[in-house]
Amino acid sequence: MTTTQNEQSNRKNSSLKLELSKPAMPKVEPYKQTAKDIALKPDLFLSGHRACAGCGPATVLRLVTKALRGPTIVTQATGCMEIVCSIYPYTSWGLPWLHTAFENVAANASGIEAAVKALGKKGKIKQEHIDVIAIAGDGGTYDIGLQALSGAIERGHDFLFILYDNEGYMNTGIQRSGGTPMGASTTTTPAGKVLPGKMEKKKPLTEIILAHDIEYVATATPYYWKDMMSKVQKGLEVEGSAFLHIFAPCPRGWRTDPSRSMSYSKLSVETCVFPIWEAVNGKRVLSIPSKMYALAPQKKKPVIDYLEGQGRFRHLFKPENKHVIDQIQQATDNHWQKLLKQCETTIR
Amino acid sequence: MAQIGKEETLIKQELLALNGDEAVALAAKQSDVDVVAAYPITPQTIIVEKFSEYVANGEVQTEFVCTESEHSAISASLAASVTGARVFTASASAGLALMHEILFVTSGSRAPVVMAIANRALSAPINIHGDQSDSMAERDSGWLHIYVENAQEAYDSIIQAFKIAEDPTISLPIMVCLDGFTISHTLENVNVLLDEIVKQFIGERVLPMIINHEGKTVPFKLDPDNPMTMGPNVSPVFYFEFKRQQEEAMKNALKKIQEVNTQFATLTGRSYGDGLVDTYKLDDAELAVIVVGSTTGTLKVLIDELRSEGIKVGLLRLRTFRPFPVEQLQKNLKHIKALAVMDKSMSFGSLGGPVFTEVRNALFDIKEHPFIINYIFGLGGRDSNPLGLRKVFEDLQQIAKTGQVDTVVHYLGLKE
Repeated sequence: MTTTQNEQSNRKNSSLKLELSKPAMPKVEPYKQTAKDIALKPDLFLSGHRACAGCGPATVLRLVTKALRGPTIVTQATGCMEIVCSIYPYTSWGLPWLHTAFENVAANASGIEAAVKALGKKGKIKQEHIDVIAIAGDGGTYDIGLQALSGAIERGHDFLFILYDNEGYMNTGIQRSGGTPMGASTTTTPAGKVLPGKMEKKKPLTEIILAHDIEYVATATPYYWKDMMSKVQKGLEVEGSAFLHIFAPCPRGWRTDPSRSMSYSKLSVETCVFPIWEAVNGKRVLSIPSKMYALAPQKKKPVIDYLEGQGRFRHLFKPENKHVIDQIQQATDNHWQKLLKQCETTIR
Repeated sequence: MAQIGKEETLIKQELLALNGDEAVALAAKQSDVDVVAAYPITPQTIIVEKFSEYVANGEVQTEFVCTESEHSAISASLAASVTGARVFTASASAGLALMHEILFVTSGSRAPVVMAIANRALSAPINIHGDQSDSMAERDSGWLHIYVENAQEAYDSIIQAFKIAEDPTISLPIMVCLDGFTISHTLENVNVLLDEIVKQFIGERVLPMIINHEGKTVPFKLDPDNPMTMGPNVSPVFYFEFKRQQEEAMKNALKKIQEVNTQFATLTGRSYGDGLVDTYKLDDAELAVIVVGSTTGTLKVLIDELRSEGIKVGLLRLRTFRPFPVEQLQKNLKHIKALAVMDKSMSFGSLGGPVFTEVRNALFDIKEHPFIINYIFGLGGRDSNPLGLRKVFEDLQQIAKTGQVDTVVHYLGLKE
């Protein structure tokens, strides 16, 4: 990296107004790294786990662990990613890792952070700083884990919460969660003769998290891997609670072709079904892939492009359910317009 | 309370007026805990409040996490413990019930968290007063359970609890239970040790050494230098062995609790029977009563009265409920003719309360075991006075005389 590049990156960081007063850590600059550089970094989420072919969350975890900056402890809620990576006596984790239950991962992170602080003060651990990451799926975040999460970020524990959102309880056989989108057929919202899948909207979770007024909240999806990895890094740099919502396609639960997971990740941004943005101290900025559609709205694709080929939305293509697709388009447009207003001052 | 240590060798202590909750908070402070994660609930609240004062005044180096629920309090405690910290928490009643799921995870994760329980009735109907329904409902959660008689024992037992739970051959969580209000809120004289002495007595936390997935022998904690996968997904091929090993740790605790009781007595002059059971005028008794917690004092007064009337009665206080001291019960009760077991909680649909069923089970193997009857009493804070408790001994006398048991389970002080 040349000096000029370094200066540029410093300017970029300072514009975020993050206080980077922590001890110096080996710094990862995902934006500056090529796919080859990242591939050559040692894996900390190792192969041999039992995730399905084309698993979005597994790709997410592998990339997340390649964006770490130093000593890290991971705690993970019950869910498919927890199950597939820790089948005793094997493990996929090259990091210290704790799983205890479904609804309490943020409380676990609170305890780990408090212990590291206390032991650090008493000189009982040698690391100057240890990053703490909590990982949960949408069930463990939107639904059963929301209380512990809200409590932990209200208390301001220094940790990064990573939500991998595959829009349902996939581990237990594809049931609806608060993160399941309208119209999706799940085993608890099956598309039937009178009901066309889930009738309720996806819970506006990131808005709830933002309302806690924490320093860093962002959304990401693995197709835009550099963007996602730099958000992991920023979340870790924050001294306090940070939240990263990662949209991660699930071929098994979405009834999609395993080879198309990254296409759906890309389409979710292209159709503005899942716009990606970050908010530093509450100031929301669209990330480049989504910002494109703010600057050139004509390029925005219709949601039908995203819905097509997903088995969970198959029933919506029947003539009697067509109105649901219109509703989804309308809701997506409304959400996008609202988001544009929230990011107004930053889109010029 | 037997005086074991010689007066002149005992260390200096200070006499303070403390209620049970304050005594517990002070003991936790002196035990140099690294993390306290807790949530307030009556009648435990004073413990959390008092500890918050220590934090606010800079008297401790502890990280205090005031969580949004008991479920998170125990989750944070568990996680802090497996990160290598010494951890204390406290709860009661509905709070302990909310922790239920994580209590099993804590013992299964072999996290030696120390928790004080100010025993309180469970809803419904809601009732804030003392009985032992809350901790008795958690008797199979894999925690060690100690029940104390008064504020002094609450103080002493918290200090002992860290030494017991954190022992690498045990590494299990422990509940120290004190009767709500009767102990938690009643001001008593408490002999208090110097901070330095408590610190020395417990010592620094020693972590068990285990073989990790890379084949290295490392301390059992979350450590970036020695990554370890904790709380894995375990199939039928291995799960059973994990559980059996918890039972092994329980057995080790039987010895350790007695050992720590003796060490503590040498230091302070105070001991609680052998640490597992405490007895009163039991050696030559024909009739006896088994009790858990603060009612012991009332019963001792009553026993003195009855003894002066020439009736040979005695008492056994069950201090340690988990691990259950089977041998101690068999040894101490084999000569008794008729025995009453006092239960301050119910096990609905069962023949008698939890203490009764355990005691009967333990004494079954004695060839000539005593007649054993059960008294459910004191639920929801119902008063249990010497006059009411007299009925227990009258019934025992009748049974000893006739050799007949008409009713096995009695409800004492019931108004219906």
